[in-house]
Amino acid sequence: MSIDLQTVKKIASLSRISVTDAEAEAMVPELNNILGWVEQLGEVDVTGVQPMTAVIPNHQRLRDDVINDGDVRDKVLANAPQAEHGFFAVPKVIE
Amino acid sequence: MTNNLTDLTVAEIRDGFRAGDFSAREVAEGFNANVAAAKALNAFIVETPEKALEAADAADKAKAAGETLGALAGVPIGMKDLFCTEGTQTTAASHMLEGFVPTYESTVSGKLWAAGAGMLGKLNLDQFAMGSSNETSYYGNVISPWRRGGGDNVALAPGGSSGGSSSAISARLCPAATGTDTGGSIRQPAAFTGISGIKPTYGRCSRWGIVAFASSLDQAGPMARTVRDNAILLEVMSGFDPKDSTSLDLAVPQWEANLSSDLKGKKVGIPREYRPDGLNAEISAMWDRGIAWLQDAGAEVVEVSLPHTKYALPTYYIIAPAEASSNLARYDGVRYGQRDLPDGAGLQDMYAATRAAGFGPEVKRRIMIGTYVLSAGFYDAYYTQAQKVRALIARDFEQAFEKCDLLLTPTAPSASFALGEKQADPLAMYLNDVFTVPASLAGLPAMAVPGGLDSAGLPIGLQIIGKALDEQTVLNAALAIEERSGFTARPDKWW
Repeated sequence: MSIDLQTVKKIASLSRISVTDAEAEAMVPELNNILGWVEQLGEVDVTGVQPMTAVIPNHQRLRDDVINDGDVRDKVLANAPQAEHGFFAVPKVIE
Repeated sequence: MTNNLTDLTVAEIRDGFRAGDFSAREVAEGFNANVAAAKALNAFIVETPEKALEAADAADKAKAAGETLGALAGVPIGMKDLFCTEGTQTTAASHMLEGFVPTYESTVSGKLWAAGAGMLGKLNLDQFAMGSSNETSYYGNVISPWRRGGGDNVALAPGGSSGGSSSAISARLCPAATGTDTGGSIRQPAAFTGISGIKPTYGRCSRWGIVAFASSLDQAGPMARTVRDNAILLEVMSGFDPKDSTSLDLAVPQWEANLSSDLKGKKVGIPREYRPDGLNAEISAMWDRGIAWLQDAGAEVVEVSLPHTKYALPTYYIIAPAEASSNLARYDGVRYGQRDLPDGAGLQDMYAATRAAGFGPEVKRRIMIGTYVLSAGFYDAYYTQAQKVRALIARDFEQAFEKCDLLLTPTAPSASFALGEKQADPLAMYLNDVFTVPASLAGLPAMAVPGGLDSAGLPIGLQIIGKALDEQTVLNAALAIEERSGFTARPDKWW
């Protein structure tokens, strides 16, 4: 399975990273090298093996459903590139 | 005495301060001076001498008043710039987070300050902890204080991603530092610079407030010059944290008090797959010396097999980028960090421009690999398959540990290399982590300890891998090696 220029541009778009044509072209062999190398995993027999999602057995905890945080609006906004009237500000969303 | 306070270990500083041999302020001033004089190493992104002095003065005052002293009272340390520190810029060595000043403290750094430690500064690293040579930082390469013998002045890699930590400790800019380890980022830089470092069992140290790379793998841990110092710091850094859903709700063992280099009754497994054809002869010889040292300490040596070892790196390079692509989706130019807003751009254009400008090439490469392996049509072939192989790698370790109590392996396939030497080929760089990644995938505690110098005069190390939650055996075996290797080499000061 090898990826072409169009696929690289699609991945970049899905990743929300703008790339120039030259950058995308440079990435084609790079990504193909890496993906070609990881494809060796296909040769491993994994019949009956469950995918691993947690390395150390641990149970998911529940806590009481009470408010234990909050009232820190200004702290939350303190590092925003643009914050106005107590909100994050973004450019227009509707085209 | 005051002339060489910066040569002391954490234990020596702690004990000497308590005994009244010197003040905490003298220690902090000594390290502050070393930091200020070592700009050539580029180990720090931000220096915080005032924080180190503030903690030292608090320790001196507490001691004078006869108050109970914290476990690290009087000890200044370096903080990897991946830990959020309230009021001090935290960048993950990226342009994306330049100027980000957290309004909260990470759990691990907070525990260290609460124990009395002082912060000398924020240590440089590979950008978002992605790299093995510290060449991906937006703030420039960290330089190893080590040089090859014979008047060779080539700048060498301090390892990565915790390269600022390793460089600063071996150059005596700090007695200890924090690191984080996703696939070897504590152990490989420790090996490259002749120091020790331990990645504990996944879940021992809270991940809360650490800039996330790959959440199922990321673990914090200490780095220092001695095994005892690692035990001291790890005790402070560990412990249950309800703010991290994968934090282990277990008591923290007394690792320092239980240190013992007597390995009678312990079985050391030597995994045959870690000695491939073409393994560097000096690394191989060091491994043999390590085996002899552990036998001398009373351990019995057995050969074991970890048959899926060769698949660990490709598994890692699917799982880690997949998790990174998800974790790093948060950098959107809205809530924190950089924003790049081209004229007339809408929201989607702003995301893409911000992320193009804020991330370095290696970070973009990994986000894109991760996005691809998680995308519709490829998810099962890549990501699910990697999760299954990961289960087999963990099973290999379980089966090996039926025959032994710990494993001894090399830490890295070579000594430090020159900066720039492997940068052109991402795959060659990834291969550096061949011996460290398997234990990461299985969540096991693993430690790097120096063994000696190679023929070029550069440090090479050994790795000990333990059973889950058995950091004590890992530390004890490392101590046995430390006592027998007689490793006292340090870099000649050129910076």
